[in-house]
Amino acid sequence: MRLLGILIAFALAASAASNNTVLIRGADVYPVVSAPVKAASILVVDGKIAEIGLKVIAPKGVRVVDGRGLRVYPGMIDSGTELGLSEIEMIRETVDTGELGEFMPQLRALASVNSDSEHFAVVRLAGITTVVTLPAGDGGGGGGGGRPAAARQYISGQAALIHTFGWTWEDMTFSSPAAVYVRFPALGPPSERGGAIPENIAGLAGMTGTATLTQMMRTYQQEVTKLTEFFEEARRYQKAKAANLPGLVRDLKYESMLPVLEGKLPVAVAAATPRAIHDAIRFAGQQNVKIVIMQPREFGSAAAELKAKNIPVILGRVLALPRGQDEPYDQAFTLPAEVYKAGIKFAFGTFENQFVRNLPYQAATAVAFGLPPDEALKAITINPAQIWGAGDQLGSIEQGKSADLMVTTGDPLEIQTQMKHVFIRGREIELSSKQTRLYDRYLNRQ
Amino acid sequence: MRQSWILALAALAPLNAQPIVIQNATIMTVTSGTLQGSVVIKDGKIADVGEKVMMPQHATIIDAGGQYVIPGIIDCHSHIAVDGNVNEGTVAVSSMVNIKDVINPEDIAIYRALAGGVTTANILHGSANPIGGQTIVLKMRWGKDAQGLIFEGALPGIKFALGENPKRPGNPPGGRFSAQTMPARYPATRMGVEDTIREALNEAKAYKAEWDEYGAKVARGEHAIPPRKDLKLEPLKEVLEGKRYVHAHCYREDEILMLLRVADDYGFKIRTLQHALEAYKVAREIGASGTGVSTFSDWWAFKIEAYDAIPFNAAIMQKNGIVVSLNSDDEELIRHLNTEAAKAMKYGGVSETEALAMVTINPAKQLGIDSRVGSIEVGKDADLAIYDRDPLSDYAKVQKVLIDGQVYFDRDSDVGARPAKALEKQKLIDNEKKSQPKPPAGGRPVE
Repeated sequence: MRLLGILIAFALAASAASNNTVLIRGADVYPVVSAPVKAASILVVDGKIAEIGLKVIAPKGVRVVDGRGLRVYPGMIDSGTELGLSEIEMIRETVDTGELGEFMPQLRALASVNSDSEHFAVVRLAGITTVVTLPAGDGGGGGGGGRPAAARQYISGQAALIHTFGWTWEDMTFSSPAAVYVRFPALGPPSERGGAIPENIAGLAGMTGTATLTQMMRTYQQEVTKLTEFFEEARRYQKAKAANLPGLVRDLKYESMLPVLEGKLPVAVAAATPRAIHDAIRFAGQQNVKIVIMQPREFGSAAAELKAKNIPVILGRVLALPRGQDEPYDQAFTLPAEVYKAGIKFAFGTFENQFVRNLPYQAATAVAFGLPPDEALKAITINPAQIWGAGDQLGSIEQGKSADLMVTTGDPLEIQTQMKHVFIRGREIELSSKQTRLYDRYLNRQ
Repeated sequence: MRQSWILALAALAPLNAQPIVIQNATIMTVTSGTLQGSVVIKDGKIADVGEKVMMPQHATIIDAGGQYVIPGIIDCHSHIAVDGNVNEGTVAVSSMVNIKDVINPEDIAIYRALAGGVTTANILHGSANPIGGQTIVLKMRWGKDAQGLIFEGALPGIKFALGENPKRPGNPPGGRFSAQTMPARYPATRMGVEDTIREALNEAKAYKAEWDEYGAKVARGEHAIPPRKDLKLEPLKEVLEGKRYVHAHCYREDEILMLLRVADDYGFKIRTLQHALEAYKVAREIGASGTGVSTFSDWWAFKIEAYDAIPFNAAIMQKNGIVVSLNSDDEELIRHLNTEAAKAMKYGGVSETEALAMVTINPAKQLGIDSRVGSIEVGKDADLAIYDRDPLSDYAKVQKVLIDGQVYFDRDSDVGARPAKALEKQKLIDNEKKSQPKPPAGGRPVE
């Protein structure tokens, strides 16, 4: 303990003037992974949480933030965004999410992140300090300005885990790749992958014409075969490389697949229905790769499988309509509680840039419909950190972790709660955005 | 036996014949404070509200202990319960078409809106035309036919639309001058949108003059031939006469100001600016014109004309004395307008009552139905939503919704009925499966 004190003093001497060293004093601290501590202090040194306690000595020269009457939580993490890649959804020129090509694991979302996007300031203000940004959009440009529906794509590229502040995308990087985004084949039109034919209606194929179903099944099988072949090809490349085969030409696509094949990097797979989830899990099993299921809408029998295989899930919008006319009105609201009860590890994603700031409110709706409040909070902090391989660095207030913190007037899941301070890697973020600037300007219009 | 007959007869009588008392509730009246007490409902109307009320005889009691009662939520901008497409985009002025003709009372969105505390919605035509179709105000009386949904006595409206959407048919995919299959429809610019509206109003003004002249002649006892009735101009004539509300879709400050000035020139008022995401830039002008604003809470950046949208818009309207409501324009969002209101507290710091007013009494004023709905006051329609906790919390959920004193949504009943419904569905599927021939060989069975 004394050694730690000496180390802190030493670190402070070196960084007293730096802007990522700060003491938050007298706030109620919600570490997420342990019980809240009333009127405690947090010392941040060089962007890391150095000490948490009731009595923390303020080292000389350190900036002190008065936290009395406020609460401190870890910054929130959104597990599904297109932040930095898409500015204005309907303007093609501002959207870089959907590339052409069938197998594109070599594409990096990271290096196309516009660090100065107005969206980052808006979501930082809401306490969202880290996001997964996905290269998986359809390319944007709706409303007549876009290109025709993209041809079938199987692998979209590499997702990145980024902080929501940084002077460059390099500066923002937490980890990249965080996952390789795979569009697993599924029955049904591309508009609703895995959704068009509910399992219990499939037997009625005679009704709509067997040819159509047969055709769909054939396409589905062909697509699965094609994806399998790509993985197998990548594996052959891996072996050839390991064997140092002479004359092996470096292949960027297969190189990008190596961490996946080595089990170091998960594939993120969107799967809406029990069937699609089941199929994706089976494929991941056959290929012996790690998998994260994205945006499931219904679990059914797949829940037990996810639990048994310890596969994490990223839930999409909670404030969503039921899948079918005859489904309960609260189907999407109750889904998180269902996942929790099944014992599946899960986190939330918003999957639409303009609503990223509403991440905690999505979680709150899940609470209204049965999810324990603590679990809702975990699903936007520690769970996503763990799912995306950052559990030792992000997602909770613990000594040694990155000082990604939000200081609030109350429960962050409540809309009325105000954000007082936001820290990313110990650096206090200016709580202004294009929107607050316009507000100030026009509120005071002469 | 005899008793059961009486019970059966009682069940046949209209539900609202029996008084209802909602008691032990926190009642947020919106117009006269929040109190702990009861609401008494008689003949579908609010008969009493207070900490202590006179208990009517044979009343049905709803114990709302620990719960919150608010006026039923009103959405000033919705497209639910419409049969098919909401746009008649082939002409730039489509004032002859009417949502009233295409109400679909079986749209499940009605029930889902109810489950979100909504009792009334303004149903509008789409935004493909500078002058769109006629609008209708509906109550979410799920189970009634199309006629039964209509908010009787509400003044009719008409949709206008400015900016990107009405320009779109003028700028077909591939560009206006390239070889393409779709011909361009005037207008293609905001200039053309203004002109289209002015041309139509100009026509309507002349048309109105014809009718006025005819009316004057008849009044003088002269023999006169009535002018030919024009179905396109008739609703616009009503606009000029102040008998029909204009609800105008708009985003940018320039187009908002344009429309206000056009209305000035033709001597009528725009009732509401819909969306109006840049209304905060011209709050002074809007305030001076007496026009209402119905906006989104926090949508932004989905298109270029929404890039300057700020979540403080509603609060700025409020501070400028403008009647402002928050709308959904979306069949999902309509289900939680209560928390959309809470966002006005977060962004701009309006009070809880002011926030709640943005989804109750304010939209009622904008639709001219505030003498009937929008607050909990004696004499008003018993349109109420009951929440399990403060409805401005996003932990709150709707327990019951009443319209005209009848319970149209009850969460317990909804949840309770699910096992039986699932069973019924399975039975229907099984029957259907049995009655279908097996798919011929070659078609792989789905596992």
